Amino acid sequence: MNGAHDLGGMHGFGPVEIERDEPVFHHAWERRAFALNLAAGFLGKWNIDMSRYAREQMPPAEYLATSYYEHWLYGLVKLLHETGLARGEELEARLAGRPDATAPVAGLRVLRAKDVEPALRKAGASRVEKELPARFRVGDRVLTRNIHPLGHTRLPRYARGRRGVVAQDHDVWVFPDASGIGQGDKPQHLYSVRFEARELWGPEASPRDTVYIDLWDDHMDPA
Amino acid sequence: MSHDHDHDHAEEGSPLTETELRVRALESLLVDKGLVDPAALDALIDTYETKVGPRNGARIVAHAWVDPAYKRRLLEEGTAAVAEFGFVGRQSEKLVVVENTPAVHNVIVCTLCSCYPWAVLGLPPVWYKSAPYRARAVIDPRGVLRELGVDVPEATEVRVWDSTAEVRYMVLPERPAGTERMTEDELAALVTRDAMIGVARVPAPPEGSRR
Repeated sequence: MNGAHDLGGMHGFGPVEIERDEPVFHHAWERRAFALNLAAGFLGKWNIDMSRYAREQMPPAEYLATSYYEHWLYGLVKLLHETGLARGEELEARLAGRPDATAPVAGLRVLRAKDVEPALRKAGASRVEKELPARFRVGDRVLTRNIHPLGHTRLPRYARGRRGVVAQDHDVWVFPDASGIGQGDKPQHLYSVRFEARELWGPEASPRDTVYIDLWDDHMDPA
Repeated sequence: MSHDHDHDHAEEGSPLTETELRVRALESLLVDKGLVDPAALDALIDTYETKVGPRNGARIVAHAWVDPAYKRRLLEEGTAAVAEFGFVGRQSEKLVVVENTPAVHNVIVCTLCSCYPWAVLGLPPVWYKSAPYRARAVIDPRGVLRELGVDVPEATEVRVWDSTAEVRYMVLPERPAGTERMTEDELAALVTRDAMIGVARVPAPPEGSRR
């Protein structure tokens, strides 16, 4: 979706400010929001692409006015509601100081403290160990698709309808544009694609500079 | 951005913000439903506050600087090379390490969210996840670098990596002059997080401590 999260190339946000000796978290609630997201994710009711899509659906004005862990909180509340694990009304009731009687949800494998280390050492589940034909080879010229799906996509706006060259084949991965909206893994080849800065940003850009973007078979056509 | 470190003042007396109340209510709801275990939450937080952070990446960089065979493995197959140090896991399913040289200056960004190589750098800093960086790193990388004190010569290619998939990127920065006789541990102490993202160079040690 063309949401506020798709920031590449926007103007007007001001300078990048690096905080010296920055703590990992700035507030106690950020710690909890972070950990709640990870722990709830381990329940297995959604995947990482759905998590990103949920955050992206925050209304644009709100997205830009709130902090990173507020985006995470928004996405988590949305996913819990949509999966029925915890409805929005239940959270609102608790906030209003009149919690409903809460029955434990049965049949789920809950992350325990002793499972945390092994669970975090597992890399993830986005790589697909499967031989599938690649539509492109390293060195191929490609044209990215001019798509504007209402759902999730990992093809940023600034790189749509642009010409690039396949720099590396990363083998077969889950396709987030499908898995993020519950349409299955749709596994396919993922590539690192090289774009000249001038192809993306016009003649004012440096003639030497490049941007490398990871894109899937379904994001591109032969150029 | 606030530079004082009195970050948790709201928890110490002043009224809780709406967000704080919301997070508390959510945690109590999920705990009562048996969906999360508070002890597991503590363990998750502790992992990224005290165990996994940019010192991991700094050890990798220092080792690559002193061991040419390791450096070759690191640049060819990053995931396996950092696994030799036990650095594996979440947000690092495939790691690609890119080398800064006089010819190419690499910079890492995630314009769509906050993808970052957790296993070697820990959780990303606020500026990396912020709108200014995500917006500007791809359209004006030289401007961003200049503001942050890195002047990249015209003849050098600035190569920006937008992390749009589950592949994670880390920069192998240039080894500064005056470090030829330093030990691996001394070198690791010089390497900064920002240099491994590509928005800083590793500073040369002060004259007196060069070896």
